[in-house]
Amino acid sequence: MTSAQVFLALIAGLFLAPLAVGVLTGVDRRVTARLQSRIGPPILQPFYDIAKLMGKEPMLANHWLAFCSMLYLAGAVTSVVLFFLQADLLLIFFVQAVGSVFLVIGAMTVPSPYSQIGAHRELLQIIAYEPLLILVIVGIFLATGSFKIEAVYAMEQPLLFKLPLLFLVLGIALTIKLRKSPFDISASHHAHQEIVRGVYTEYSGPYLAIVEIAHWFEIVLILCLLSLFWSTSIVGLVLLLGITYFVEILVDNTTSRMTWRWMLGTAWITGITFSLINLLWLYYG
Amino acid sequence: MNFISNFIQSSRIKSPWVMHFDCGSCNGCDIETLAVLTPVYDVERFGIINIGNPKHADVLLVTGTVNHRNKKVLKNLYDQMPKPRAVIAIGACGLTGGVMREAPNVVGGVDKVIPVDVYVPGCPAKPEAIIDGVVKALELFAAKS
Repeated sequence: MTSAQVFLALIAGLFLAPLAVGVLTGVDRRVTARLQSRIGPPILQPFYDIAKLMGKEPMLANHWLAFCSMLYLAGAVTSVVLFFLQADLLLIFFVQAVGSVFLVIGAMTVPSPYSQIGAHRELLQIIAYEPLLILVIVGIFLATGSFKIEAVYAMEQPLLFKLPLLFLVLGIALTIKLRKSPFDISASHHAHQEIVRGVYTEYSGPYLAIVEIAHWFEIVLILCLLSLFWSTSIVGLVLLLGITYFVEILVDNTTSRMTWRWMLGTAWITGITFSLINLLWLYYG
Repeated sequence: MNFISNFIQSSRIKSPWVMHFDCGSCNGCDIETLAVLTPVYDVERFGIINIGNPKHADVLLVTGTVNHRNKKVLKNLYDQMPKPRAVIAIGACGLTGGVMREAPNVVGGVDKVIPVDVYVPGCPAKPEAIIDGVVKALELFAAKS
């Protein structure tokens, strides 16, 4: 990459992508409201929420919460920037894992039972989706022969034709990461309350805004991973992302919240079975 | 910087997160308050979300009479809300103590314990009146900050 390309990639990764995800979240809330025969908030509502939270009085139980929310953001931003600079997929994976663990550490530093249970559930969610992400990355390695993102862009055929089942597996990870039903057990984006917003309980005001922005960056990363499955044309890529996200919203509105045991069982059994079939087919086919 | 502070100012009115506390109500006002969130009234149009956590809330809706046992809870919830914040008392009981005002265990209205910004009368208060109260509170909210 030339320095001009690096500069453009940084701009896209640091500013354009999270702004786009903010708008996408607004569209998500609007579509969800329509599915529930409501009108729904304005498209820019997520930005209003963030701005309002930024203007609130900082009020924290301890300083670790501030530290952890910053590191969560740092981990998420770094992983997205690495992706836009076309770094190694494994490195990106581990950087985002470090970020998401700091969210849990922050929630764990406060003895509030809501925060503690939320943190445990968040950890279980991380345990559920991390193996799936690794398997997807292994699949990309087997298909392209490299962990570098450049190798994916060098492909002539979309990866989706070689890794259709792994795409579904990534869909499970996306549902967990987007905090959507049936996996919205540690935090949720709708008007749910009490324990299902557990991991966010102690983050408030500007720090909640930071956590929210970090979550946008995490969504950017997962959507970027999805986009690798149709890297050959922009139209195909946008269509694939649009359809996947709409299916996510449908799933969110037609399923109910399940327990963490069910989540671990389903995510691992279906995810790992699908991945193994796909990987074996790729290896021997 | 002026642009940013203006945006924050206008966002405050567009994104009030509401916490609802039942201070010993007969549940009449609570049902009407929750009805506001249903598709018929759909207050999420205005960015209003019912949140269960005082640390995330901007507006506190209180229904029912305050008694000596739950006044500490009410005060505690209010203290956990970061500023700027607004309090709305709903229904006859929340305003003055209602029919229970003379009972020995009753303190009276919500304003005996925490400062109240808007009073919504009614027994029970109508959902339209509650929405009206929240809108009034938002105007005060904008003026406050």
